[in-house]
Amino acid sequence: MTAAASYLPVLALLPFVVGMLVMFLPRHARNGAAALAGGTALAGVLITALLYPKVTDGAVLRQTWSWLPDIGLELTWRLDGLSWLFTLLVTGIGALVVLYARYYMAAEDPVPRFFSYLLAFMGSMLGLVLSGNLIQLLFFWELTSLLSFLLIGYWHHNENARDGARMALTVTGLGGFLLLVGVLIVGHVVGSFDIDAVIASRDVLMASPLVTPAILCLLAGAFAKSAQFPLHFWLPHAMAAPTPVSAYLHSATMVKAGIYLMMRLWPLMAGNDTWYYVVSLAGLVTFLLGGIAAAFQYDLKGILAYSTISHLGLITLLLGLSTPAAAVAAIFHTLNHATFKASLFMAAGVIDHETGTRDIRRLSGLLRHMPYTGTLAIVAAGAMGGVPLLNGFISKEMFLTETLAFHTGSLLDRLLPLIATLGSAFSVLYSVRFIHQVFFGPEATDLPRKPHEPVSWMRLPIELLVLICLVVGIIPNLSVGPLLRTAVVAVLGPEAPRFHLELWHGFTPAFMLSLVAMALGAGLYFALYRRLANREARDRPWAGRVRARRIFDGIMDGLFAGAGFITRLAGTVRLQPQLFLVVLAAVAAGAAPFAYHALTQAGAGLTLGNRPLTPISVPFVVVWAFGIASAAGAAILAKFHRLAALILTGGAGLAVCLTFVWLSAPDLAVTQLLVEIVTTVLLLLGLRWLPARVASKEDLERAKAAVVVRRGRDLVLALLAGGGMAALALAAMTRPPTGGIAQFFNANALEGGGGRNVVNVILVDFRGFDTMGEITVLAIVALTVFALLRRFRPAREVVGSTRQQRRQDAYDEARADREVGDTARDYLFVPRVVMHLLFPMITLLAIHLFMRGHDEPGGGFAAGVAMAIAFIIQYMARGTRWVEERLRVLPLIWIGLGLLLAAATGLGAWFFGRPFLTSAHGHVHVPLLGELSLASATLFDLGVFSLVIGATVIMLIALAHQSIRSARSGHSAEELEGATSAPGPERTPKLGGEAGGD
Amino acid sequence: MEIVVAIGIGVLTTTGVYLLLRPRTFQVIIGLSLLTYAVNLFILAMGRLVVGGAPLLTEGADPGKFADPVPQSLVLTSIVISFSMTALFLVVLLAARGLTGTDHVDGDGMTT
Repeated sequence: MTAAASYLPVLALLPFVVGMLVMFLPRHARNGAAALAGGTALAGVLITALLYPKVTDGAVLRQTWSWLPDIGLELTWRLDGLSWLFTLLVTGIGALVVLYARYYMAAEDPVPRFFSYLLAFMGSMLGLVLSGNLIQLLFFWELTSLLSFLLIGYWHHNENARDGARMALTVTGLGGFLLLVGVLIVGHVVGSFDIDAVIASRDVLMASPLVTPAILCLLAGAFAKSAQFPLHFWLPHAMAAPTPVSAYLHSATMVKAGIYLMMRLWPLMAGNDTWYYVVSLAGLVTFLLGGIAAAFQYDLKGILAYSTISHLGLITLLLGLSTPAAAVAAIFHTLNHATFKASLFMAAGVIDHETGTRDIRRLSGLLRHMPYTGTLAIVAAGAMGGVPLLNGFISKEMFLTETLAFHTGSLLDRLLPLIATLGSAFSVLYSVRFIHQVFFGPEATDLPRKPHEPVSWMRLPIELLVLICLVVGIIPNLSVGPLLRTAVVAVLGPEAPRFHLELWHGFTPAFMLSLVAMALGAGLYFALYRRLANREARDRPWAGRVRARRIFDGIMDGLFAGAGFITRLAGTVRLQPQLFLVVLAAVAAGAAPFAYHALTQAGAGLTLGNRPLTPISVPFVVVWAFGIASAAGAAILAKFHRLAALILTGGAGLAVCLTFVWLSAPDLAVTQLLVEIVTTVLLLLGLRWLPARVASKEDLERAKAAVVVRRGRDLVLALLAGGGMAALALAAMTRPPTGGIAQFFNANALEGGGGRNVVNVILVDFRGFDTMGEITVLAIVALTVFALLRRFRPAREVVGSTRQQRRQDAYDEARADREVGDTARDYLFVPRVVMHLLFPMITLLAIHLFMRGHDEPGGGFAAGVAMAIAFIIQYMARGTRWVEERLRVLPLIWIGLGLLLAAATGLGAWFFGRPFLTSAHGHVHVPLLGELSLASATLFDLGVFSLVIGATVIMLIALAHQSIRSARSGHSAEELEGATSAPGPERTPKLGGEAGGD
Repeated sequence: MEIVVAIGIGVLTTTGVYLLLRPRTFQVIIGLSLLTYAVNLFILAMGRLVVGGAPLLTEGADPGKFADPVPQSLVLTSIVISFSMTALFLVVLLAARGLTGTDHVDGDGMTT
């Protein structure tokens, strides 16, 4: 039992896996993609067939995987008779559709994508019917909606396809949401999402006051999926999909998902009044309206789409009647409809493919040109119309029998036989019309292509399906009887009614109704023939201007307009108001607790604590007097004097840096100082590309009143924020420390982490995972900067030489003994030599910082930044071109290596059975160097070091490189790559390939 | 000392926030830098001020007198992240200047 059950997840998940593989096939691999897809579907059929003995007589196969045990969720795979039948439909028709699609799709379509979607859809559908848990079922339900969206919109260059896909997704997505609500209500009432448990709790649910909303929500989901009135309108628009998709999704499988759900929940809900009225009425209206609409369509696929809606309505109606016999008929008709409708869609696709049109008014007399396909389509259409000897006849007669039976004695119940006969008559009408107008009559004169038979492989799926129609229609009890029995027992339990499928029941009332419907349908067709063959006629004569499409579009437009209105009303695209609100909210959030406290407990607001203050030191005050003046100066000068503002910002940063030294944070001081240098260099490089802002006349004149008000308002907010931060900091600093986790780190750093520098041990060991994330961010930013600069277009004003360069060149030009460029080359000559010589020393400093990092201030990050400074100093000293001719820095490799090393160190712990990033350490004695502490964290830190070098350097030199790029505009991108990517033959195309921008 | 640090945090925040709300991109980038200083100092201050207690486990050091290492490691992370943010913002700023022809934060010529 369990061995067989373990095939269930395989059945559901295999199509997803193969679908992924198919996605990677080359664009024109039609045969390969089709073979993989078809093989998967056939494997599915085989597994399904082998599992049949396990589900007869109400037996159930179950396989449970633990998923989220803490909240009681499990992945349950469950197969019983009903889901077996649907599994067979999904895999069997799936295999036929794949074969058909192989010949239907054009060579220029990206076919692997198609088969990949189709396989994923098949997997979703299988997952849906194999789910033993309502949440899991819902998950696959949503997947089918999403994949149906992708499949309908497969020809996305076609506007109708896009619109149809969007509409289908909107409607089924809305239904899916309501279904979720329904499932949650049921789960809340019953206390479980397991399907067996839920069905066993029928009495609990029925006694609950929530039963009506639960049923309505579940039904809304099912109706949206199965195109029941009034949510039916998306299905005809979904016909913009490729025909194999229509044959598979919109006749045989996806639209049957709603039917499946109703059957699944039938034992839970059938017989409830809400269920009876809502389901029966929706089914009845859909059955009748679908039939009428189908009769007047002139698109072949349109006829089939509305006919599908009508037949789904018939099945829904049967389920709504709530009697066991009606449920039997419903299950039977589901099977029959899938076979004849899939074959009809395929035939319609063949006709479209071979004649170039689906317009029934242009098609005529096709039987002459495609006698074989024509005959098959005629038989299938006969099944659709309910002609004896075909499967549609038997289930339709069961349907009519059920409508005649007494159920509740309500008005609906009494009118049922009449309406059912009328609906069946329309079913006959459009079937006759399909046969007569397409295949008989005079030769068509204006077809886009000369019609002929399709290749025989394309016909094979139709032949097989039509054969099933015939076999089931002639020997129903021998062919499909046992399967149906198995499915019925799964729904109705062991006391399911005995039924005997037979072709001939004698002259029963149902047979009479069937005859009436046939006569009426045929009669109506010939009465309406002139109207139906008229090319000028509209496709929906009585609907007038009331079209579901129009209503849907109206609602959507209204929603978008409303959303736009609210956005305009409450939102802004301007940064300044946004930031103002963000800061305001932050200040308010910070002040709120104190204000609340002050109001509720008088006097207890923001107060100072009693911790003794650290003795004040005069040099420290001087440092901060300097720092405060710098910050204020930067704020004032940032608009028109950027360089000065940048320098002053550096001054404030220096004050912060000194504070770190003072306050026992040497690591921070080192890092802050180095980062300060790099940031300043970076901004200086950036200033080169930022045209100077010269104060204009207007700027110098008295600023406008509105501007003054805005600045004043911003200043008030800034003062509030600053005052708040200062007060908060002071209040915290004057209170004794609360202990926290510092003791743990201090106590364990040496023993647990093997390092004496507690801060460094925290970073690379205790909180190594944070650092891992942090360096990843750094790598991403570096790559983003690199990518943005590759297509960089500087402001027009700054392209070309700078003012200083122009002056130097002009000086050279004016003198006979100098060549242009001489002054620039010798400019700042002495400092350049010094900077040049600094390279090895800074390198040594970096190594030193790295090596001692675990025990003393330093560490991989500081070392990496220092190393990057060594590089950028060379750029500053000798110019970009000089350095790039001599030095190949390969920062991308540094980044990649660093990330790999850090991750590998972390993963290494797994090999010792420890969690990610667990460290190990020891001390080794190295000659000359003495005692060296070696920890796995050192390797991690090496990764940090490498990544930081790469990331910092790439940002700096990508910006520095711009000076060459814009001077010569032709081959810029390749040059940038040359400076930053690996050497070797693959160098140029490696990083993106396209020739550079400008 | 506490008062000096608090005033320093206050001034850096004030200037940072004020510049953050200005319309020119360069003002905003300088404002972000100043605000970062303020926030880093603030985080460090949450570990209280300790002079002469660097958290280094040298021989004879008394962990009881150490400065809190946790805020320090948080600030170290913060320094790195704000550096990346500044770099990214700088490049976006330059690209926006080239594309829109103005250094207004919304890419248009409104002056304030």
